[in-house]
Amino acid sequence: MPYYQESIETAPREQIRQWQDERLVKQVRHVWDNVPYYRRKMEEKGLTPDDIRSVDDLCKLPFLSKADLREAYPYGLVGTPLKDCVRIQSTSGTTGKRVVAFYTKEDIDLWEDCCARAIVAAGGTNEDVCQISYGYGLFTGGPGLNGGSHKVGCLTVPTSSGNTERQIMFIMDLSATILCCTPSYAAYIAETMKEMGLTPDKIPLKAGIFGAEAWSEEMRHDIEKGLGIKAYDIYGLTELSGPGVAFECSAQTGMHINEDHFIAEIIDPDTGEVLPDGCQGELVFTAITKKAFPLIRYRTRDICVLSREKCPCGRTHVKMSKPRGRSDDMLIIRGVNVFPSQIETVLLNKGYSANYQIIVDRVNHSDTLDVQVEMTQEMFTDNMGDISKRQKDLADGLRSMLGIGAKVTLVAPKSIVRSEGKAVRVIDKRKI
Amino acid sequence: MVKQISVFLENKPGSLMEMTRVLGENGIDMRAFSLAETSDFGIARLIVDDVYKTTTILKDAGFIHSVSSVLAVEIPDVPGGLCHVLEALKNEKVNVEYMYAFLGTKKDTAYMIFKVTHDREAAAALTRSGIVMAEQEDLSEL
Repeated sequence: MPYYQESIETAPREQIRQWQDERLVKQVRHVWDNVPYYRRKMEEKGLTPDDIRSVDDLCKLPFLSKADLREAYPYGLVGTPLKDCVRIQSTSGTTGKRVVAFYTKEDIDLWEDCCARAIVAAGGTNEDVCQISYGYGLFTGGPGLNGGSHKVGCLTVPTSSGNTERQIMFIMDLSATILCCTPSYAAYIAETMKEMGLTPDKIPLKAGIFGAEAWSEEMRHDIEKGLGIKAYDIYGLTELSGPGVAFECSAQTGMHINEDHFIAEIIDPDTGEVLPDGCQGELVFTAITKKAFPLIRYRTRDICVLSREKCPCGRTHVKMSKPRGRSDDMLIIRGVNVFPSQIETVLLNKGYSANYQIIVDRVNHSDTLDVQVEMTQEMFTDNMGDISKRQKDLADGLRSMLGIGAKVTLVAPKSIVRSEGKAVRVIDKRKI
Repeated sequence: MVKQISVFLENKPGSLMEMTRVLGENGIDMRAFSLAETSDFGIARLIVDDVYKTTTILKDAGFIHSVSSVLAVEIPDVPGGLCHVLEALKNEKVNVEYMYAFLGTKKDTAYMIFKVTHDREAAAALTRSGIVMAEQEDLSEL
């Protein structure tokens, strides 16, 4: 079983805990000394660095949220002098103001190590041809996986996102074996390759590393089938460098968090109380090695579960489940919490494709939910009754999953915009 | 028996027009046409001379479609003409799912397209009753 950094990735729990204890203490001191914004927050709680002696004391520290990042924009949370910062990356930001993250040379090196771990976990070696179809530039996807690919020694193909014909040309001509992009773009590439008559046996890819948006097990299955690959999940946030905070291994039952760099907690999003392993709640991270943008107890708004069960891959770092959705992905429709991922699960289970959009509106003071899904050649028959029955069956499945009724509208193929980056699944027309 | 092409149409202004435009541009002449709809979407049903050419054009243009078999029945243009046909079908216990008119040029006859539950039994019953049907290869003559 290959690992990028074996002694770290398979370190005994006590060793990981020791690293975390030492590094947390140093990081809190570093932030206290260099980030007045966070020092003020600590002082408001009557805390000094001496109160933090181990990971057990982490829960005393104040949280940081996206709102803090916006308030501190742009330089308010920088931990090192600007002359030591060599780069920024900026989040694609689906809500509000952009987040700007800073890196020293060493921060970038550590970040790229994490991405390299992910590539090796997906079976990557220096014999592989790794195509990076995540966006390059301010977005972290491209730069992160690019750096990881270099470290592993793969032949790196930096196509970035878009120009799908060219992507496919390179995959086929160079015999790319690993593909890195968003899952919705992977699905689009698979769809396009199918239309070109490229069946999985003709496609040279063997693995894919997909992230930057939530995706269901059903979508993973469709991508694996469409491209003839094993599809691995990867997780990260710009605020915590980018992709590589956690990555999936061959067991495909959750993502190992790089605990030598990040301490993970699950909290109740309403009370802030720390919850035990196995409980679902909001994921909070503390970065303990990076210095230019060192966030303590950063609330990710991602909802998931942590598990410390032994993993067959041999890695000892804690596993996080696929985020169920972000707490700000969540819609409240007629008083009920609805995640787009739930709708995706029903669609894929019933044999529809992941080309859908959710339109939420308010009519006569009541919320309406319309799920628009594309008709496919496989689904179509001349029999009106059959189609209507399938439509009703889908509506019933949605009602059963969500607890509320949804309208299902069948739309023409290709009428739903394909994404090359993060897919826009929800159009909320309600004005409140 | 003749072939019928069914095309999925989203219930949006321009869907039908777009289909007819594509067919027109490619020289496809529709011999019979019917539009069935629910509040959510429509199915356009076409009878054409060249089924293969038409389905290829539709596929390239991105239209979802399927092909099925229907009966093209010649109905004498006199009162009672249709009833005679329906009686023959009823006696064979064949159900009519839908029907629509067909544009022919033969004088004093009307053609109708029938979609039935049991194709072969229906065809046999109609033949026994002396009712004339058109085959796919006859279409261009009509």
